[in-house]
Amino acid sequence: MPAIEIFGLEKIYNTGFWRKRAKRALHPLNLTVEDGEIFGFLGPNGAGKTTTLKMLMGLVFPTSGSARILGMELGDPRMKAQIGFLPEQPYFYDYLTARELLNYYGHLSGMESKQLAKKIDAVLEQVGLAGSAGVQLRKYSKGMLQRAGIAQAILHDPKVVFLDEPMSGLDPMGRREVRNLIENLKANGKTVFFSTHILSDAEALCDRVAILGQGQLRGVGAIAELTAGVHGRVEIVWQGTEIPADIRSIAEYHRAAEIVRAVLPEESQDAALEALRRRGLRLISVTPVRTSLEDYFVARLGTPRDAETVSIQTQAHS
Amino acid sequence: MILSQRINIIAATILICGMACAAILIRTIDQAHASTAVQETLYISSPKLLKRLSLGYHGLFADIYWTRVVQYFGGVHSRGGGTYNLLWPLLNITTQLDPHLIPAYEFGGTFLSAKPPNGAGSPEQAIELVQYGIQNNPGDWHLYYDLAFIYYDLKDYRHSADAFLKGSQLPGAHPFLKIMAAQMAEHGGDIATARMMWTATYQTTHDDMIRANAAAHLRALQADEDVAMLEQLVQDYRVRTGRLPQTFSELISARMLRGIPLDPVGHPYELEDGRVFISDPQDLPFVQKGLRPGYIPSPVPKLMPAN
Amino acid sequence: MNSRILQIATNTFREAVRDRVLYNLIAFALLMSAAAVLVGQISIQIEKLVVINLGLTAVSLFGIVIAIFIGIGLVSKEIDKRTLYTVLSRPVRRWEFIAGKFFGLVGTLFVNTFFMAIGVFAALAYVSHHFERSDAWVLVALYFIVLQFVILTALALFFSSFSTPIFSAVFAFWLFVIGSFAGDLRNFAAMAHGITRWLATAAAYMVPNFSALNVISEVAHGQAVPVQLIVLNTAYTFVYAAAVLSGAVLIFERRNLK
Repeated sequence: MPAIEIFGLEKIYNTGFWRKRAKRALHPLNLTVEDGEIFGFLGPNGAGKTTTLKMLMGLVFPTSGSARILGMELGDPRMKAQIGFLPEQPYFYDYLTARELLNYYGHLSGMESKQLAKKIDAVLEQVGLAGSAGVQLRKYSKGMLQRAGIAQAILHDPKVVFLDEPMSGLDPMGRREVRNLIENLKANGKTVFFSTHILSDAEALCDRVAILGQGQLRGVGAIAELTAGVHGRVEIVWQGTEIPADIRSIAEYHRAAEIVRAVLPEESQDAALEALRRRGLRLISVTPVRTSLEDYFVARLGTPRDAETVSIQTQAHS
Repeated sequence: MILSQRINIIAATILICGMACAAILIRTIDQAHASTAVQETLYISSPKLLKRLSLGYHGLFADIYWTRVVQYFGGVHSRGGGTYNLLWPLLNITTQLDPHLIPAYEFGGTFLSAKPPNGAGSPEQAIELVQYGIQNNPGDWHLYYDLAFIYYDLKDYRHSADAFLKGSQLPGAHPFLKIMAAQMAEHGGDIATARMMWTATYQTTHDDMIRANAAAHLRALQADEDVAMLEQLVQDYRVRTGRLPQTFSELISARMLRGIPLDPVGHPYELEDGRVFISDPQDLPFVQKGLRPGYIPSPVPKLMPAN
Repeated sequence: MNSRILQIATNTFREAVRDRVLYNLIAFALLMSAAAVLVGQISIQIEKLVVINLGLTAVSLFGIVIAIFIGIGLVSKEIDKRTLYTVLSRPVRRWEFIAGKFFGLVGTLFVNTFFMAIGVFAALAYVSHHFERSDAWVLVALYFIVLQFVILTALALFFSSFSTPIFSAVFAFWLFVIGSFAGDLRNFAAMAHGITRWLATAAAYMVPNFSALNVISEVAHGQAVPVQLIVLNTAYTFVYAAAVLSGAVLIFERRNLK
């Protein structure tokens, strides 16, 4: 059974004073996330990632479409007992300490007091907050808040964990820790669904990704599959300071000491080498550059974002 | 999401039933509250303090207190009279908060001086109230009328005529004030005067209770006149035939009456041993003639709707 | 279900306490002490009257202010700060959340009133040097004041579920003022005619009946409060608050959180 199934989930907001202007935050989305995988939900800011997550959590009601998590309907308390959620830039009751916060959330998730105390200690240890468990959250740094957020998301041992920008606000050490955490979750058989706009994190962790742009799904699949279709690039290094005109127009290049390093599209490789040979420039190396997710990303999403508000002439229901 | 549908239905039901029950409970509380002595305490009894506390909104507060006057009076009255202890303090507060609330003076003038169980029976307070009103509204002739009425009730015909005269001198005064001044000076105690006074009140007042009161007085006057006139006819009959008539039919046969005489509320008069009686004196509260010996008027004067 | 509501209620209470809300008790204590001492010294033969009137009015007003100030943010603050996200993604029903918030604030006000009541009785003991049987009615007056809080909390929570704090405060405050004159409003409505009469009557019965819950002056004069009134007022508060909270639930159940 898939962990998450999304059937045509759509959200249209009616904005403006008379609620006539429709803003389509999410076009009908169809998506399936398998049990036990780490799934990345990618896209630039404003693409509709958070809207999707909010609908899955029951915080926002879809305009149309439906979804199932672990085979159960959205809003079903039995389903909610088995999921964890870390919202974007979370803010918690700052008058509570981390321990009190987890105690509160644990009870709300239906955990028994006895096992709760032990679990809290374990989880605090896991996220590296054991030392600050008794400090009020208003004194926490951003990174510590993020970790507290992860703690409350995994406290009740959920089967599916939803993370919205889990790396935000973390320094490199923190990000490494979160990455390890996510890998551990997968090792323990959990499904992780996390959204981010940082592609390197996704590349490192995800089994599959979906790319969202302007409220629409632009691509979904394993990273290797996605990048295979994109034309690669090649890096050519030669000695000297001269850059032939042909190369200059198609490559990104930079000079250092007496070396020029240029990266250009794979298909132009032969023409470039020919240009260098004609000039008599000495070739040092030719290396294929691995297509990255970023290449795929840029290819699918194009250049500057257009306006995100799409006026819809016809009646739109909220 | 059947769960949330169920919650919505439950919530909507509680909302509607709750508000309905709340309204019913309010009515119950109002009724229960009114019959206890709890009502008899004024929250704040000093008009000056109240004026200061009202933070400049004394007009509104005067209006609120005025509605309380009406409710209070109506409540006590419908429960059979008793004491109207709070009438004076309430009216005092009302007029101190808004000295230009003319209806308050008319109401106070009438019901402060009226004898219990119809009113508070304190004419001195009534005079004080109306004079305060005149002081603050020197151009309003209605107040002089109210004052004149109080004095008339006290049978102080001189002061009554005085008030009518002063009132008649104001610009825009109703012409009958001058007429009444003269009438009162010469014929203060006559029935004709009484009839003029009550008719004037009946026609000029906007207050339902005062109008009902005036109508009752007029009916009583009519009944008194009728009884006097009928008894005179009975005596004439006796002189003519040497004996007392047993029924009114005999008077009709003798062409002294045109039909069975009816009192102002439509019931026929009764003839017994040469005396004329009213069949249902309860319907004619202020009547003085035509009452059987030993008749005690009910404590609650039955003020029927004015017609 | 009950333990979740209890959790939310406890959390709400804790927030109020840690927000130093209960510090108002200190201000109240100072006020009562000053009043008692002043009145006790000038001996105007109505010391008891003044202490009870002042004390109970202060308890009422302090509580009203707290009920409004905290009540208006109960829901809107959680939505603004997005602390609600991690709560509602758990098996917590939206209506349980409303119920928990309600009981939390009512509990806070109850505790607040309890301590203030001690202050009032202490001041009373100071000026009259002994207690009489009629002083027990002060407890009834306090009970009615707590009932007022219950209604006002429900109203503030209701507005908080869809409106910004400022509007919520304004609406709640005005409903308190109008509700205090609810009896007079019903009188006005009874004297009106036509459509105005219908509208005014409807308004007069929907507005919270605070006027019946105010027995401060009666109690100050040592008058007894009829048991029937106690029962009716309790029933009214229960039923009215339930209706208002249901309204809050209906609105909150459909709200899209930003």
